[in-house]
Amino acid sequence: MTIKLGIPSKGRLQDKTFEWFQARGVTLQRSDSTREYAGSVKGMEGIDLVLLSAGEIPQELAAGRIHLGVTGTDLIHERIVRWQDRVEILGLMGFGHADLVVAVPKTWVDVETLDDLDAAAAQFRARHGFRLRIATKYHNLVRDFLRAHGVADYQLVDSQGATEGTVKNLTAEAIADITSTGDTLEANHLKVLSDGLIHQSQAALVASVSAEPSTAERATLTTLLDRLGLPMRTTSEGSAC
Amino acid sequence: MLTPSNARTKSEADRLFAAFVAAGAEPVEAAALQPAETLLDLYGEDIRARAYVTHDPLVGEMMLRPDFTVPVVQMHMHNGAEPARYTYQGPVWRKQPTERDRAREYLQVGFELFDRSNPAKADAEVFSLFSRVLQHLNLRAASGDMGILMAAIEGLDTMEQRKAALKRHIWRPQRFRQLLDRFGGQSPVPDTRQALLVAAEKTPVADLCAAAGQHVGLRSISDVSARVATLVDDARTPPISAEQVNLLEDILNIREKSPAALAHLRALACDMPPLTPALDKMEARLDAMSARQIDVDALDFEASYGRTTMEYYDGFVFGFFAETRDDLPLIASGGRYDAMTAVLGRGRSIPAVGGVIRPAAIASLLEAL
Repeated sequence: MTIKLGIPSKGRLQDKTFEWFQARGVTLQRSDSTREYAGSVKGMEGIDLVLLSAGEIPQELAAGRIHLGVTGTDLIHERIVRWQDRVEILGLMGFGHADLVVAVPKTWVDVETLDDLDAAAAQFRARHGFRLRIATKYHNLVRDFLRAHGVADYQLVDSQGATEGTVKNLTAEAIADITSTGDTLEANHLKVLSDGLIHQSQAALVASVSAEPSTAERATLTTLLDRLGLPMRTTSEGSAC
Repeated sequence: MLTPSNARTKSEADRLFAAFVAAGAEPVEAAALQPAETLLDLYGEDIRARAYVTHDPLVGEMMLRPDFTVPVVQMHMHNGAEPARYTYQGPVWRKQPTERDRAREYLQVGFELFDRSNPAKADAEVFSLFSRVLQHLNLRAASGDMGILMAAIEGLDTMEQRKAALKRHIWRPQRFRQLLDRFGGQSPVPDTRQALLVAAEKTPVADLCAAAGQHVGLRSISDVSARVATLVDDARTPPISAEQVNLLEDILNIREKSPAALAHLRALACDMPPLTPALDKMEARLDAMSARQIDVDALDFEASYGRTTMEYYDGFVFGFFAETRDDLPLIASGGRYDAMTAVLGRGRSIPAVGGVIRPAAIASLLEAL
């Protein structure tokens, strides 16, 4: 049997993942047909690369269908309920940096903090007859964050892309989205709240707690993590790799 | 197939339902799938984390009924004559995101009373009915009154916007605390707020907005101006006095038997006369309960009871607990929800009080006996 390592199926995230492993003396290689979403580790038996959409890697880890995976910490936090119990972040990889933030129109000169956002939401609901809409694809992270900060009278509206445009298109009053440089927010006349940082994300190597490796698989995993210079996992007996 | 425990739950549900019918309630039913929009508008985003949301290709978002109260109120508003008493039994569905062992689907049996003639008597009728059907279980009853807390906030000597903000967050104790500290002058005005206030002294808000960038979105410059005007007012209004903050905290912290709690509140009302009408209502309710053979001398009153539930009840609130069984959820709970019917009725208010019982919790109590 083999250890399954899930990595992003395309793009910069995949390139950076290959580089990160390479820099630690582990060469990942895609299968001969570059169209096939599979691969292996050069010089190491017993490890299969599984190429997946980065967004699906969290659920595969949570279900224990892959042992290891590379994905953004934002997706781990958003897509795995009680992620601390179900996966273990073995190492932050230092790329794919992005901040999940709450942003509002720049012309809201009265709104600089979450406290202001809450008051503005109450006023908006009273004046416009419905809850202030916040567009996002990070429903769980945003809802937990706003609840923890006592923001009420808002509603989340789903936006899977071009979220910064929803305010101008009048489908939302504010947004919560990933930003790396802030250029897109700027171009869409939005500003980040001073205390509106929900999560600082970056790529991470993550282990599943529920994927139970056999003795042989455990040996493979130990060798791999050793070569990567990562500490061995300390999770409970039985589910530990 | 019915397990012994399921059979006990079912027979307990039937017993309660029959008792409610015998008390004059008309049996009603509600669809398991409810339109999500009404529930979301009423409860806010938090309901999404607690109710199962599903999607209909034509109608849009639907929710698996998280409670019966909303559909029963809607049904009553359509075709109900007052006074009206309703009972229902059936499953409700709630997500349990952190507790694997908690039930996601469980039976509720409920009773709702719509009667505007005498709220104290209506409250007492519901409470005594619940006491009676639960009598043999030796449960502890706790009660509270959100109306007293609202009156205490209303009685503060400060601007309306501050009172509105406090009332709005009464269900979020931490945020309430933060606002009270701010309004009481205990925490500093944020730098960003201070900068805005200084700028707004010299420059019209519309110009400040124009200088900030291109305007986008539905929240208008006039909305922004209106809020800045409120902030300017707020900055000019003296903080809520330390005496009044302490008084409010004393009220929130009251936990005594009902008559002692009332006497304590009466004493506090000397420093806050607007509290008196709410206390008169509490006294009338206790009298009405006594008239129904409730031992009010033994009934716990906790002023903050009801603050951590959903924004729902706005008057009398009550709950029944099995003191020896921390593992069980609340056996029964209820209260008055006039404000909710006002929202659902688009301003047409229908005074209402009611409650629900969880027969499965009773069944596991009985099994342990």
